[in-house]
Amino acid sequence: MNDSAELDQSCFDYLLPSLGADMDEGRVVEWRVAVGDTVHRGDLMAVVETEKSDIDIEIWHDGVVEEFLVEIGELIDVGTPIIRLRHLEADGGAAETAGAPSSRPSRPAPPPAGAEASAAPPEVTVAPPDASVAPPEPTPIAGTDRRVPASPYARRLAAERGLDLATIEGTGPRGAVIGADVRRIATPPVASASTTAPERQRTPASMRALIAERMSRANREIPHYHLARDVDVGALDAWLAERNANRPITERVLPAACLIRAVALAAAKHREFNGAWVDDHAEPAESVNVAMAISLRRGGLVTPHVEAADRRSLDEVMERLNELVAAARSGTLRASWMTGSTITITHLGDTGADLVHGIISPPQLALVGFGRSRRRPWVIEDLVTIRPIVTATLAADHRATDGAAGSRFLATIAHHLEHPEDL
Amino acid sequence: MTDPNPDATAVESPTMTYREAMREAIRDALATDDRVFVMGEDVADYGGTYAVTKGLHEEFGRDRVRNTPLSESGFVGAGIGAALGGLRPIVEIMTVNFSLLALDQLVNTAATLLHMSGGQFDVPLVVRTTTGAGRQLAAQHSHSLEGWFAHVPGLKVVAPTTPEDARWMLPTALADPNPVIIFEHTALYNERGPVDPGLGPVDLERAAIRRTGSDLSIIASAGMVPKAVAAADRLTADGVSAEVIDLRSLRPLDIDTLAASLDRTHRALVVDEGWRTGGLNAEIAAGLTERCFWSLDAPVARLASAEVPIPYAKHLETATIPQVDDIVASARALVGDR
Repeated sequence: MNDSAELDQSCFDYLLPSLGADMDEGRVVEWRVAVGDTVHRGDLMAVVETEKSDIDIEIWHDGVVEEFLVEIGELIDVGTPIIRLRHLEADGGAAETAGAPSSRPSRPAPPPAGAEASAAPPEVTVAPPDASVAPPEPTPIAGTDRRVPASPYARRLAAERGLDLATIEGTGPRGAVIGADVRRIATPPVASASTTAPERQRTPASMRALIAERMSRANREIPHYHLARDVDVGALDAWLAERNANRPITERVLPAACLIRAVALAAAKHREFNGAWVDDHAEPAESVNVAMAISLRRGGLVTPHVEAADRRSLDEVMERLNELVAAARSGTLRASWMTGSTITITHLGDTGADLVHGIISPPQLALVGFGRSRRRPWVIEDLVTIRPIVTATLAADHRATDGAAGSRFLATIAHHLEHPEDL
Repeated sequence: MTDPNPDATAVESPTMTYREAMREAIRDALATDDRVFVMGEDVADYGGTYAVTKGLHEEFGRDRVRNTPLSESGFVGAGIGAALGGLRPIVEIMTVNFSLLALDQLVNTAATLLHMSGGQFDVPLVVRTTTGAGRQLAAQHSHSLEGWFAHVPGLKVVAPTTPEDARWMLPTALADPNPVIIFEHTALYNERGPVDPGLGPVDLERAAIRRTGSDLSIIASAGMVPKAVAAADRLTADGVSAEVIDLRSLRPLDIDTLAASLDRTHRALVVDEGWRTGGLNAEIAAGLTERCFWSLDAPVARLASAEVPIPYAKHLETATIPQVDDIVASARALVGDR
């Protein structure tokens, strides 16, 4: 039985995904599918234990589960094939024979071009059937090139020369590999690191240890600056009360959703606070994915995000927030909610402290904190009155931004909270 | 098409302005072909709003250089009728904004009659009109709508940018059995350049490389071409070698010349004085992406006018349309750090 040939034609492997910037290994603690199951894009495949929490992982391709490639509880690296699947189009008869493998590969090699590259080539018709413009074979480049920013021209050249784009230093915009970079390489590079490297021993997974590591790194590497601003949330409270009065409980909007919207709108405007610090420069992100720190009853916290929070309505943000909180507390967070956050909010709630001087979650550029709402003497015009006040704070990376910009960012957040009708 | 043009009497100087070149082209056509006549608003005694036909009325008389009422639909329709009747009309529409009143005649009639008549009736009509901003003529005289006409099968659309093209595109257009629309950018009329008096009619299909380069192709037309050339000069100081391509023909688009350039430079910046959304720039970018995807080192970039009516105030008008600085900045962004 020729495993690799069959793999090329009808099967593909599902790899352990990275579920966060710091995750490089994990263990499957539960299969959510069985051999023979037909799965579709978005289906949950397994529960993976990371140092942070147990996370449901999804699949992005349709297929039929052929075989599990790792044992429950086995510590494996990110990128390790964990499930072999058969393409849905593949012949059904073959699936039965392959379902009972007599000689299972001890540790499968990485598939030719990642789990997704073996999918059928695009069905778009390219204009002229001219050999000089024909695209290269769909899977010419091995390894991790899917994540390397590279121009089509560079990809074509690399494919023709059998080069791995991941090994080529890019000089194009945003560090993309361009044609000239490929032409500069004289000899093919050595293959990238093998997945059969010795397993590293690691202390038992522990959320506390991970938080300790991340926060130490943040405080060590990120020169924080901290700003604070008091925000009158009287209008917001009144607006919310009126808005919620006639709604069923399930459709009511909580202040936390308003905070997410306010921060998202402000981050969309002040893009230098939304994104990541990469190497030695800030990389603003296109999407505003606002992470919310959610504390867990058993201790510790998780920070899933509301994706594209600047483009969702307040109701949509609230709906997603409800999902996130429920999933966080039941330990069923989805991987896609955990990766790709571009800014984080920490909200201490009404029983919390007055204000929070937060620590940025690397590699993000800023963290916005909200203290409890408290009734304070407040001056409006020349009158002292009593208003509900929340202190908003900003912890920002001084490598990326300065205090003046931070003040404007906070002011925009305050403006949105003071004009809730525009949320 | 290789007319030796033996009657180049008035041309002594090797250089002339774009306006003079266009006038010379019309004078030559009137003198050598008695089927040719000019009509439009104020083209006779006044000499045309942009003074292109100045003096022709005295030289050729009221029958050959005719004023019309302010009715674009009417006189373009009359031009179509004259063309069907065997004449070779040169119809001047004062600006492209006013051409919208004649869209029905141009799109529904001129562009379709050959088809509708089963190949029996050609419409050898030439329409000249101005396009573009830069002269503070505000939002009803300054737009760049040539891309709309380039959308329409049955029309040929050209935009001469050099005095030589202004001189030698017209005889080709008059000889063409199809309706041809010539767009003259208002900012080009005073541009001076060499005109070969013996060149003869030039093609209306091919783009021209105005400046060679190896790092990116700047694709421009009409008033954007001189700006693109100036930008390319500036980019040289930064070590960026930009090729500048003058489209010349907006329909048909010479995608072959553009693609050949892109295969050398691997990057393209399309500069368009029209608006971005649904503009000719979008057609060019899409066509190049289809043809050249595997040669691209960067996405095909576009630089177009702000999506507003062209303002009257000088500084706002300047800010609205692409300038040399904008082209330089877009080109630098496309090429990346170096």
